Amino acid sequence: MSLEIILFILFAGVAAVSSVLMITRANIVIAALFLILNLGSIAGLYLLLNAQFLAVTQVIVYAGAIMVLFLFVIMLLKPEHEKSVTKVKGVKVFAFTISILVFIQIAYLIFSSTVSQKVPANVQASINAGTIETIGRELFTNYVLPFEAAGFLLLAATIGALILAKKKIE
Amino acid sequence: MSVPIVYYLILSAFMFIVGVAGVLTRRNAIVVFMSVELMLNSANLTLITFSSFMGNPVGQLFVFFVMTVAAAEAAVGLAIIIALFRNKQTVNIDEINILKW
Repeated sequence: MSLEIILFILFAGVAAVSSVLMITRANIVIAALFLILNLGSIAGLYLLLNAQFLAVTQVIVYAGAIMVLFLFVIMLLKPEHEKSVTKVKGVKVFAFTISILVFIQIAYLIFSSTVSQKVPANVQASINAGTIETIGRELFTNYVLPFEAAGFLLLAATIGALILAKKKIE
Repeated sequence: MSVPIVYYLILSAFMFIVGVAGVLTRRNAIVVFMSVELMLNSANLTLITFSSFMGNPVGQLFVFFVMTVAAAEAAVGLAIIIALFRNKQTVNIDEINILKW
């Protein structure tokens, strides 16, 4: 077994288990911490896929900024632990059935499709695609308009969040 | 690249499904929100898998934009949750039914 396979099993296992633990914990601080673990192991998977720039971005943006925001809101609201999952009867069974069915469907599609079997693994092209140089060049030449739009979206979101969350002055 | 592409796709399908189950079963608005983040991440994993296996950087660019939108969405969504908590003193989505008549 090569190192790559061992690392894949490690990261994939941690990601899968922590995602399940995240949705089953009643204490939402612990759920948030499991989500951080999940995002960190996904960053490891990005590194295995030669996407260095996005692995770093994942750690900074998701595990850093977004999850700190979540933990701050949890701290501010101090929500009580969920006593039961829901009051509506049968939701758990329904959700579980739907999830299993859709998962089987997707897994069947993945295994039966010829596209996913025949993708050529070109290691050199893959390494070149993940560097910050390639991504930066694409971002500032072919995709400069979406890039500017993303900046504008962030500005709008900042102003919107401020206006929504501020205390109303009567 | 000795791990086949299928394993990455199955892993991201599994995480997406776990996120769906979280949205359907949990009643705490913040946990529902975190499940949505989980689903976004599994979609990102699929995009990066294909991008890397095909050696095409456009998929990774798309993930970059998805991350931007996710950050904006998290900021606005959490602000909405704070505003809801101010009005209703709860984040339990079974009790938040102000649009029901």
